[in-house]
Amino acid sequence: MSKKNPEYDFKWCPGCGDFAVKRALEMAMHQWTIKTEEPIENTVIVAGIGCSGNIVHLIDGDQPFGIHGVHGRTLPISLGVKMGNPDLNVIVVAGDGDFLSIGAEHIAPAAKRNTNVCAVIMDNGVYGLTKGQSSPTTVLGQITPTTPYGKIENSINPLDLYLTLGVSYVASGFSSKVKEMAQLIQDGMEHPGFSIVHVQSPCTTYNDNYDSLRGNVKKGISPTAYDIALDHDTSNLEAARNLVNNPGIPLGLIYRNPNSVPLENRVSNSQKKITFKSAEDQISAFTL
Amino acid sequence: MSNNDFVVRFAGEGGQGMVTSAEGLAQAAAQVGYHVQTFITFPSQIMGGPTFAQTRISVNPIHSSGDYLDALICFNEDAYETHKDDVRKGGIVIYNSEAFQLEDSSFSVGLPFAQLAKSTGNARAENMIVIGAFAYLINMPKEYLEAFITKRFTRGRPGDEEIIRSNIQAFQLGSNEISKTGFQLGELPSPQPPEGQQILIKGNDSLALGAIAAGVNYFVGYPISPATTILVYMERNLVGPGRFVYQASSEIESINAIVGGGYSGAKAMTSTSGPGFSLMSEGIGLAWMAEIPLVIANIQRGGPATGLPTKTEQSDFLAALHPAHGDASIPIIAPGSVSECYDAAIHAFNWAERYQGPVVLLSDHQLSERSQNIPRPNPEVIPVERRQIYNGNNGYLRYEGNSVSPMPLPGGKGAYVANASEHDPSGDTTHLPHRHVEMTERRFAKLKLLENEHYERLNADKSIAVMPWGATKGSMKEAYGILEEQGLDIAWYYTMFLHPLPKKLLEELQSKELIIVPELNYLGQFASYLKTLDVNAKAITQYMGLPFKVANLVERVTKTVTEFRNEKVLK
Repeated sequence: MSKKNPEYDFKWCPGCGDFAVKRALEMAMHQWTIKTEEPIENTVIVAGIGCSGNIVHLIDGDQPFGIHGVHGRTLPISLGVKMGNPDLNVIVVAGDGDFLSIGAEHIAPAAKRNTNVCAVIMDNGVYGLTKGQSSPTTVLGQITPTTPYGKIENSINPLDLYLTLGVSYVASGFSSKVKEMAQLIQDGMEHPGFSIVHVQSPCTTYNDNYDSLRGNVKKGISPTAYDIALDHDTSNLEAARNLVNNPGIPLGLIYRNPNSVPLENRVSNSQKKITFKSAEDQISAFTL
Repeated sequence: MSNNDFVVRFAGEGGQGMVTSAEGLAQAAAQVGYHVQTFITFPSQIMGGPTFAQTRISVNPIHSSGDYLDALICFNEDAYETHKDDVRKGGIVIYNSEAFQLEDSSFSVGLPFAQLAKSTGNARAENMIVIGAFAYLINMPKEYLEAFITKRFTRGRPGDEEIIRSNIQAFQLGSNEISKTGFQLGELPSPQPPEGQQILIKGNDSLALGAIAAGVNYFVGYPISPATTILVYMERNLVGPGRFVYQASSEIESINAIVGGGYSGAKAMTSTSGPGFSLMSEGIGLAWMAEIPLVIANIQRGGPATGLPTKTEQSDFLAALHPAHGDASIPIIAPGSVSECYDAAIHAFNWAERYQGPVVLLSDHQLSERSQNIPRPNPEVIPVERRQIYNGNNGYLRYEGNSVSPMPLPGGKGAYVANASEHDPSGDTTHLPHRHVEMTERRFAKLKLLENEHYERLNADKSIAVMPWGATKGSMKEAYGILEEQGLDIAWYYTMFLHPLPKKLLEELQSKELIIVPELNYLGQFASYLKTLDVNAKAITQYMGLPFKVANLVERVTKTVTEFRNEKVLK
């Protein structure tokens, strides 16, 4: 259902980065339907819990299918949807809390099996929906309701984590750059394997870091986000690692494994010489 | 103990071939038409640890693996000490004289198991030495076992002939050695082969076959005793286009994956045991809330937390009924025999598809590992159901109405959001009070679609009844036969459909003065559930990790009935 459903009363705060992600996602899905000539109903959005997950209820225009599941489990659910019907285009939407804290255990297995889904992660560095608590990407020392004397854990580097776990497509987007983000998502959908588009999507209420990302000349702040140089070799894992471990937030495609084999192909390849036996034949195996 | 029926237990250290012995003997006996049942229990470790395996062979149909032993075969002294009290009066102990000595030779005989095996040129033939000894004691024709050995080891490999020769020699050697002692247990009469083709199968394999017959095409599981063999079966057999089987990284991944699979249109299933089932709670709540058909097989083991991984208990009934927070009540089907494992799996899928939600298939350790001869299942007997699928246009309200509604599938029309949050008919999140009322009532109303299943009843005019559930059915059935002979005059009720109960059955139970529920747990879980349904139920409980003994049930049911009748007279 689109936002026109009067009963659905959820709203993002003014200026929320998730508006831009929604627009980028709509553009990417639209392009996908044109390019593949598949109806929008072939797309399924698997949403996590948090402000970001509400995207699934807010898509304008033609409606894809969706699951708005439980906290942290978008990757297992998307494994289910994709392998239940491998013809579907499956998109995960989740925030940094959902994906990188409670759901973090699912990233490694999804990467290793190379589930053919595209995850769009909205990173605002806080738990917004529950009013501003610390998340895995909240920086060390930051004051939040659950870190009243300053955060005591180091923040994680999500892009480095994805590369280390072997995610076969890793891209970095920013809510101020909708068109670029849409392209990264579209490319992620087309990538044969597990793709993550990690988006800086600031929370204007609890963690407004637009100035830090974009820079602010008046305040004398230089931007941390920058476009990746055109000569970056996206097939080079070492180069990708260097990129994400240098200061600042690189925007664009960071890494794409050119030899990515998606899960559905791994399954069919492993079973080439095996055929399914009917129930009758399987029962016969137990005859005396 | 009649001469129609013999029980032998092989006990020792894991890895000494107890399970092979018990199953080999069962297979040999079943092949010629005897009724057999095994019972196996072992510690949670790869090698070693106290293990035992038991085989019961009978001319007549049997429902339990037997209370007391005609023969106990001990591979070491610990095994003797642990199991000697289960040997019936007049029973015989055969022990490994290389490991220890027993002084009283009036009931025991020592054989050098390893030395005898080695003398055949096959050190691994110890099983056949002890099987040969036991077969002699019950005068089982040697042709039966020779035929079995030949069939088992004819595998088209170069060494087959030698292995067959040495195993047959070992079998004969075991028989010869025991014949010198003069011991005899009786004479097993010729088999009366049951009508119709039989298969020999374990509960978990039977359950997996039922799922295959029901059309399962999506299975994700995580290794856990005693459910692992279902995952292993599926990994081998659920192959080819349109099917998916996968070992997940945790039970949390399993349950959420089958939620996604069920949503996308697959017949989705997982299998687990207590600890994994606990981890699945939230995901089961999701399937209930978002109305997604799927089946969770919970093969119960003992205790809370890690508990008793390889022992049997029926202590997950309440967890299966209410696995998750909030108002939810999950349908439960619990098979009571190896044969019912097959049927129950089909019924579980039918229920899931019919009411569009999660169904718990509640089996247990003793069924999972038990080998038994059962009539060959016919996949045509129980019709396989498929969910109502939405075929209309877009703009459909998936959750409208007060019962089940056709389900759109991704790729087709009728896109909606399957929502774990409370939702309006379109699937969008809502907080309106009347919606929560409507949707809660809708979810519970769907259970009414499951109330017309079958049940067993005997002597239904009596005012007191026994009603076992799950694997306790077998022991109670044999106990009921004895109680009938003793003239106790009580009724028998049984169903595998535990929640919701068949409507007519519930009405009958409510009209009785007392329903006695034997169950393997401390709380009397199923009895307490019956009480909430206005049934005067009383549990007979046991919680030692082992099944009920038939004799114990006879005694305790009699006592319960007598006490109830006495109290009634006093009133």
